[in-house]
Amino acid sequence: MENQANNNLLEVTALKTWIDTEGGIIHAVDGVSFNIRPGETLAILGESGCGKSLTALSILQLIPKPAGRIVSGKVMFSGENLLEKSEQDMREIRGRRIAMIFQEPQSSLNPVMTIGQQIKEVIPDRKNKSSVEINKDIVGLLDSVGMSDSVRRINEYPHQLSGGMKQRAMIAMALASKPDILIADEPTTALDVTIQSQILNLLARLKKENNMSILLITHDLGVVSQMADRVILMYAGEVVEDADAVSFFDAPRHPYAQKLFLSIPDRSKRKKKLDIIPGIVPTYAGDYQGCRFSERCDKAWDLCFQERPQWRAQEKNGVRCHLYNNTLEPQETSDKNIEQGLITADEKQDKAETLLDVKQLKVHFPIHKGIFRRVVGHVKAVDGISLKIGRGRTVAIVGESGCGKTTAGKAILQLIKPSSGEVIYDGARLTKITGEELRQLRKNFQIIFQDPYASLNPRMLVGESIAEGLHALKLESSKAAIQTRVKKLLTQVGMPVDSYGRYPHEFSGGQRQRISIARALAVSPDLIVCDEPTSALDVSVQAQILNLLNDLQNELSLSYLFITHDISVVEYLAHEVAVMYLGRIVEFGTAADILDNPLHPYTQALLSAVPVISKTGNTGYKGDSQVLLAGDIPSPSKPPAGCHFHVRCPQATEICRQQYPAETKTGDSHTVFCHLFESDEQH
Amino acid sequence: MLDFTFKILVTDALLYLLVTAIIIFIVYARKHEHLSAPWRQIKNKKLAMSALVILGFFVITGFLDSVHIRQEIKIDNTSKNQQQVAQYSNEVLSLLDLLLTKMRQQTEKTYSAPFAINSFTKEVADGEQGKPVLYYPRLKYGGAHLQAQDSRIYDIGKRLLWALFWTLSVLVFCILLIAKITDSKNNIENKHINIATRLKNIISGNTNTPWLTILLVMSIPVFFISSIAELGPYYHIMGTDQVGNDVLYKSIKSIRTGLLIGTLTTLIILPFAVVFGITAGYFRGWVDDLIQYIYTTLSSIPSVLLIVAAILSLQVYMTNNPESFATLIDRSDIRLLFLVMILGVTSWTGLCRLLRAETMKLRELDYIQAANSLGVRHRRIMSRHIFPNLMHIVLITVVLDFSGLVLAEAVLSYIGVGVDPTMDSWGNMINGARLEMAREPLVWWNLTAAFVFMFILVLAANIFSDAVRDAFDPRLRKA
Ligand SMILES: Nc1ncnc2c1ncn2[C@@H]1O[C@H](COP(=O)(O)OP(=O)(O)OP(=O)(O)O)[C@@H](O)[C@H]1O
Ligand code: SF4
Ligand code: SF4
Ligand SMILES: [Mg+2]
Repeated sequence: MENQANNNLLEVTALKTWIDTEGGIIHAVDGVSFNIRPGETLAILGESGCGKSLTALSILQLIPKPAGRIVSGKVMFSGENLLEKSEQDMREIRGRRIAMIFQEPQSSLNPVMTIGQQIKEVIPDRKNKSSVEINKDIVGLLDSVGMSDSVRRINEYPHQLSGGMKQRAMIAMALASKPDILIADEPTTALDVTIQSQILNLLARLKKENNMSILLITHDLGVVSQMADRVILMYAGEVVEDADAVSFFDAPRHPYAQKLFLSIPDRSKRKKKLDIIPGIVPTYAGDYQGCRFSERCDKAWDLCFQERPQWRAQEKNGVRCHLYNNTLEPQETSDKNIEQGLITADEKQDKAETLLDVKQLKVHFPIHKGIFRRVVGHVKAVDGISLKIGRGRTVAIVGESGCGKTTAGKAILQLIKPSSGEVIYDGARLTKITGEELRQLRKNFQIIFQDPYASLNPRMLVGESIAEGLHALKLESSKAAIQTRVKKLLTQVGMPVDSYGRYPHEFSGGQRQRISIARALAVSPDLIVCDEPTSALDVSVQAQILNLLNDLQNELSLSYLFITHDISVVEYLAHEVAVMYLGRIVEFGTAADILDNPLHPYTQALLSAVPVISKTGNTGYKGDSQVLLAGDIPSPSKPPAGCHFHVRCPQATEICRQQYPAETKTGDSHTVFCHLFESDEQH
Repeated sequence: MLDFTFKILVTDALLYLLVTAIIIFIVYARKHEHLSAPWRQIKNKKLAMSALVILGFFVITGFLDSVHIRQEIKIDNTSKNQQQVAQYSNEVLSLLDLLLTKMRQQTEKTYSAPFAINSFTKEVADGEQGKPVLYYPRLKYGGAHLQAQDSRIYDIGKRLLWALFWTLSVLVFCILLIAKITDSKNNIENKHINIATRLKNIISGNTNTPWLTILLVMSIPVFFISSIAELGPYYHIMGTDQVGNDVLYKSIKSIRTGLLIGTLTTLIILPFAVVFGITAGYFRGWVDDLIQYIYTTLSSIPSVLLIVAAILSLQVYMTNNPESFATLIDRSDIRLLFLVMILGVTSWTGLCRLLRAETMKLRELDYIQAANSLGVRHRRIMSRHIFPNLMHIVLITVVLDFSGLVLAEAVLSYIGVGVDPTMDSWGNMINGARLEMAREPLVWWNLTAAFVFMFILVLAANIFSDAVRDAFDPRLRKA
């Protein structure tokens, strides 16, 4: 930027990194400039594929060779241009002055070396230290990142650690030489919310203690809000906005930023249509004439298609958009503010007729051992859950990874055979029905999966995939009828009709998810189990899918069993919420009950762990209001005795360690499984 | 009126079936990108295409040898009033036999070395004074056209020059033909370039498909064939065997045996492996236990034992029921078929295991779960969702197994449980060479001819199968 204040720690100027692919050269990073000051957290925000990670890798000259190359630009760090340094000199800087941690702690640790050995390699000056000293250093590092049992962990291998602990180990390695800058590339994306909040808090604390700068790369606005001092927003290889966190969250300037905020689901948007950004992030193989966002921007006018907008900066903030003149005041615009469509479903429909009734459902997977494959135990993936879904309602199941959400969904649909319990669908006892009778019933309940890439057969045409249920259940007789029906479905989910004769690999994740929805809709079900249908998608695309699901619910009065770990999605569309922990439901109630008045300590922790987007930016520590959970989720093969949660529960008492709490009704629709509330009722 | 009738042997019929299947597969693959893209990749690889050219010549030879006819016997027309019924010879000949009539019919008494004009063994004749003398007699056919003063080397050289001339003519013809139908690498937008430029592109190697390499490689078998056409009727190029048969002719005839064993066996393997592998992996439970039990049992019996037992019992059956086999060729054909079947039965387990493991992975995938929840029947899930996603494994295995099977035939025939001893096969030739290697001077050509032919076929097949695996294996493709 123009302002060349000399207290910058790192200055990136006009960085261009290109990647050669079969389809041509991709301008992945196309003229990116930004500065980091000492002790500052700078967040690079952007959707998948916009060039965030490559920007970071370019700084350290770690881009994949030979496909990638840095074409031009400068990276000034303590008076030197890093891009001109030799590989050998860079090694002195990497890991020592600038350290980096990655999204997948799994793949960045060496599986055949112990944690101690790996940390030892990065301890500075280790040749002049005795092994006792080195060991002390390692323990000190592990303690500083909050690793429990640090002395024991030194001799453990990565596979013996949980995801959160691996990330802690990575951070410990990165901190070993007290770097000036820590680059964190999506450090918490692979982790659960409660673990994520532990790691974010750790980073914030370390930053303060060591007066270190952090370059945080993320797609999550919540994380940015909690951590960042400054934000740069990237789109298709360019920086489109650079602002301090407060003004960015208070009044984002770039239309893309504004849209991003609007497309995030939350409670205030309940029953309203989410504002969507149409289309998908472009792959920038070609040269752009105008603004890269122009095809998706609803404020675009002629100029936007013809001329690339200049970077407009004032003081430290800047934006790349024709709407702004040099003072960053919005110019006269053709602002056609679209009405936010209101969805007309009434919330009052509380006493809907029960469509699905699940009673004490259990799924236990046997664990086999030895040559005779003896059963030595069970993974209690689902351990007695009961819930009811009314017609036209959405029940959300929330919980952390591995708590049995997916298994529960599949067992309800009889895709996995339940070990015990009952599933009653519209009077039919599914757990008792088998064979042909069950097959005929299947048209009533369908499922949509999380991974859009695994949910469609790569060898079948899109049309064939959608028509499959029609064929199998003989719902349409003639070929022509099937075809018209499929085309109608494609239109209904907002896909072009000519997708019929194409293969799944030609479509993006969001489009595939639409196709999966069309496939489920084909047999006109009443109930759809949605297993994290949006968690693999970008925020702007997530909004499209959520809108579609919402529309379909109103049109066809569908019921959803919505499985998710994303609280904002729950806030946006759930009528009732079930919170799961280790195979059991610990709290059940209406969305209002759970979100406004969470009773179970786990629910409270879960909700407070979710990073919130605050108008004032950088919330940092949440202080007392946050219930920080210690430790990891135990394995479902040997859940703790008594209340499963007692090892992590801040309010656990003696009885919690001995006895599983009974169901307690605390309101009309609100039930909770916790000893804290039992006593109230009993007396 | 035709003066011959077709005779379709059982193995011929199976081969035709296989060829039809391959053609259907090609038509199917052209319509499916995931199958045709890897082939396009192979098409642009030099080594793979060279191997394919060589394989092509083997396949054409084998195919020519699999169209069998019986010629009409000309009957004396003395009894004119008798009703004319066409009479066909008992001798079953293939198209290849007809092409190589001279080589087939010109049999000597016994061994003769390559290009020899005299016999390899001495004969006794009356000498000048009535004393018996030992001498090497002239061969009946080998070099029979040469007069005493003619130079053999000069004659062979002259004929080879002619062969070279034919080869070049064929090459030029092919270049022109290719120039007519191809387009060059650098020319995607503008298809209309003149034939001269295209010629230049081909000759300078500037084409997507490596035509230059293909042509160069092709010239080798073409030259070989023209040499046979030029020299074959006058010399025994690779000598003769113990009973005076032309060794080169026998080696060429063995191609069919090798190819049939290599390909028909997979025809037997496929249904077993695919059906059992997919069912076991898909249903698991007791079905899986049963199928696993069958194939672990089967693969823990040494397959040679099974083969020996099967072939011996076939032999016993044949000696007890000679009337069921009309001709010698029927008999050896049945034995070949039997060998193919027993080889198939003993070698389906490998592929079956692979397919079972892969199916187990696939069945957990979301799209299979979705199909389940749509009430799609198991049979359809297996055929529409699982099988197409296993296709690459099947293809890779079939191509990789081919050379192993060709070699297996040689080994089995060597120990006497292979194809019928009267049938031409490299294994039988090697078996026969056992004693020849102990002779003084050495009779080396039988073994050498069999070895060279087998080596070239197996090498070409291996190179080609590597290319197929590289192109189809998704893990290798990424790297
Ligand atoms: N087929 C199986 N065999 C054995 N264990 C299984 C099987 N499927 C799931 N599990 C185990 O059951 C538990 C619950 O798994 P499930 O997939 O239902 O979790 P989830 O809540 O959907 O997690 P995520 O949020 O990661 O999708 C896990 O511990 C998992 O390892
Ligand atoms: S320049 Fe135009 S198209 Fe681009 S973001 Fe601004 S208003 Fe939208
Ligand atoms: S029962 Fe005890 S341990 Fe369990 S959540 Fe309630 S207070 Fe915590
Ligand atoms: Mg899941």
